[in-house]
Amino acid sequence: MSDNNQNAQAYWKENVKLLLTLLLVWFAVSYGCGILFVDALDTIKIGGFPLGFWFAQQGSIYTFVVLIFVYTARMNTLDRKYDFHEE
Amino acid sequence: MDNQTLIYLFVGATFALYIGIAIWSRAGSTSDYYVAGGGVHPIANGMATGADWMSAASFISMAGIISFVGRDGAVYLMGWTGGYVLLAMCLAPYLRKFGKFTVPEFIGERYYSQAARVVAIICVIFISFTYVAGQMRGVGIVFSRYLEVDINSGVLIGMAIVFFYAVLGGMKGITYTQVAQYCVMIFAYMIPAIYISMLITGNPIPQLGFGGTLSGSDTFLLDKLNGLSQELGFNQYTAGSKSTVDMFFITMALMVGTAGLPHVIVRFFTVPKVSDARKSAGYALLFIAILYTTAPAVASFARVNLLETVSEAEYQQLPEWFESWENAGLLAWKDKNGDGKIQYQAGKPFAGKPSFDGDARGASNERIVTNEATDNANELYVDRDIMVLANPEIAQLPGWVIALMAAGGLAAALSTAAGLLLVISTSISHDLLKSNLMPNIDEKKELLAARFAAAAAICVAGYFGINPPGFVAQVVAFAFGLAASSFFPAILMGIFYKKMNKEGAIAGMVSGLVFTFAYIIYFKFVNPAANTPDNWFFGISPEGIGTLGMLLNFVVAYVVAKMTPPPPEHIQHLVEDIRVPRGAGAPVADH
Repeated sequence: MSDNNQNAQAYWKENVKLLLTLLLVWFAVSYGCGILFVDALDTIKIGGFPLGFWFAQQGSIYTFVVLIFVYTARMNTLDRKYDFHEE
Repeated sequence: MDNQTLIYLFVGATFALYIGIAIWSRAGSTSDYYVAGGGVHPIANGMATGADWMSAASFISMAGIISFVGRDGAVYLMGWTGGYVLLAMCLAPYLRKFGKFTVPEFIGERYYSQAARVVAIICVIFISFTYVAGQMRGVGIVFSRYLEVDINSGVLIGMAIVFFYAVLGGMKGITYTQVAQYCVMIFAYMIPAIYISMLITGNPIPQLGFGGTLSGSDTFLLDKLNGLSQELGFNQYTAGSKSTVDMFFITMALMVGTAGLPHVIVRFFTVPKVSDARKSAGYALLFIAILYTTAPAVASFARVNLLETVSEAEYQQLPEWFESWENAGLLAWKDKNGDGKIQYQAGKPFAGKPSFDGDARGASNERIVTNEATDNANELYVDRDIMVLANPEIAQLPGWVIALMAAGGLAAALSTAAGLLLVISTSISHDLLKSNLMPNIDEKKELLAARFAAAAAICVAGYFGINPPGFVAQVVAFAFGLAASSFFPAILMGIFYKKMNKEGAIAGMVSGLVFTFAYIIYFKFVNPAANTPDNWFFGISPEGIGTLGMLLNFVVAYVVAKMTPPPPEHIQHLVEDIRVPRGAGAPVADH
């Protein structure tokens, strides 16, 4: 029982660490690039897009999609590593 | 075939499809009715979530708003998608492991308290009705524009359709209808967008055309748009006018609100496994992103089109679509200087929405507007909603594309309305009756109660659609603010903070709610004149105040929990149990 318990705690710890890392990216891309530093980034242009404007209207959404799929893949690995995966 | 026949054909065919699906997938048990038996494939669930989430506002109004506010439109684009990251990582998998039917059920059991459950039920019902009233109105407007019936008959037809698949099919019927509705609406949105992108930039992918150059020139579309806007006295399109603080708080309130909306959360109870809940959040956002990354492109195309077509144009030389939307009351022109040309500049042409002098025509044959003129040079009134609805006509696309738009707009409004109505009926039959007032009710009676509740909710929603309370547009801020300040923190702490107890959770929810509610009521209803940045708390508008309400909720909950006894042992075990995925079966029908 206590073995299983330790296992669950280690699993949870890794889970929270992964989550915080991904949320940091989430925050940096949307609130950072899209809002807080948008004017500075707008001085850089890629094609017709001022970069800050692109992050605010397009880039952040692409990043969100990628973040969730990365999370899904990493969690599936974690489930197997700690033997918590569903049959 | 003429356009009108095509529209009847497309709308009729999609309705037949929805009803056919509803009959094929009707619910036989409460588990079918509440969570579609818990056996929905994650990709299907992703599509259904997309349709559930993208309402008439996303489909019709969002691109129009962005088109007028430029970069500030990012609050909706980021706010309404970023919440899915929170959902996928912080809520969905754990709620799926918990494995019951509703959000109040989670709150009630995790916080071992009927009081907490009741607070949650009230929030669910309030949030959902606020939201659904706007949807029913949307159904009426789309019907009246395309089927040439009046708005009230449009609402009644919409009610009849939703009644059929929500009452009969429950979650199971709604899920598969929403999959079909997603497909209809995404086709309807993408086809005109692709056409217009080709016409304006020569690039078939709107997301790329948006950053490309105008066909046959070296000027970038966005540079052209900035130039045109400045010439006419508007803000630069790619520069914002909202303050950074306000952008930050509104985006956060919309993100957290999205993650806390009950009709979205409940969709993650319908998949078979915890890993499927994570996966299906990813698919949901992917499907939503197709529309949400196209919207800002459509917005900029429509803006260029509009500015180039109407600015300094002689009224009598304008294309036909101008007159048909003028007849619909969504465009209006007041020739202030009497030169027969349209001056379109920044500022309002006259106060309020246009009121016309019957069908009377003025000197240039325009509809006469009776509103008092303002003293700026602008002569043109443009309703934001036409930017999407009129787009195919402005770009002179074939009739079937216009018919497809009609079907798409209806799919968007109907799918969201159905999802919300189901959440309302579930809260009444399951949370209020089964879990609270009449615990001995058997499954058959509970199912019947759910169907009655759904029917009653449709009638109430229809009533709001026919007699819209003047505040519908304003109260959408409520729905998000309340979801952000009540549910999200309570669920998050329920999963991530084992020691959170019922006293803390209830105190947090109530203080977050009361604060947010009071702030919005004050600035929207009690003293609307004071609704300016100078009077706002730290410059936060009522739209963004849910974020502060959420922070207040966290702080109050934490402080109260520290001063009161910790939750009982079995609750702490429950929390440990929902943190690991193993052992999540299909929710049992009887529990």
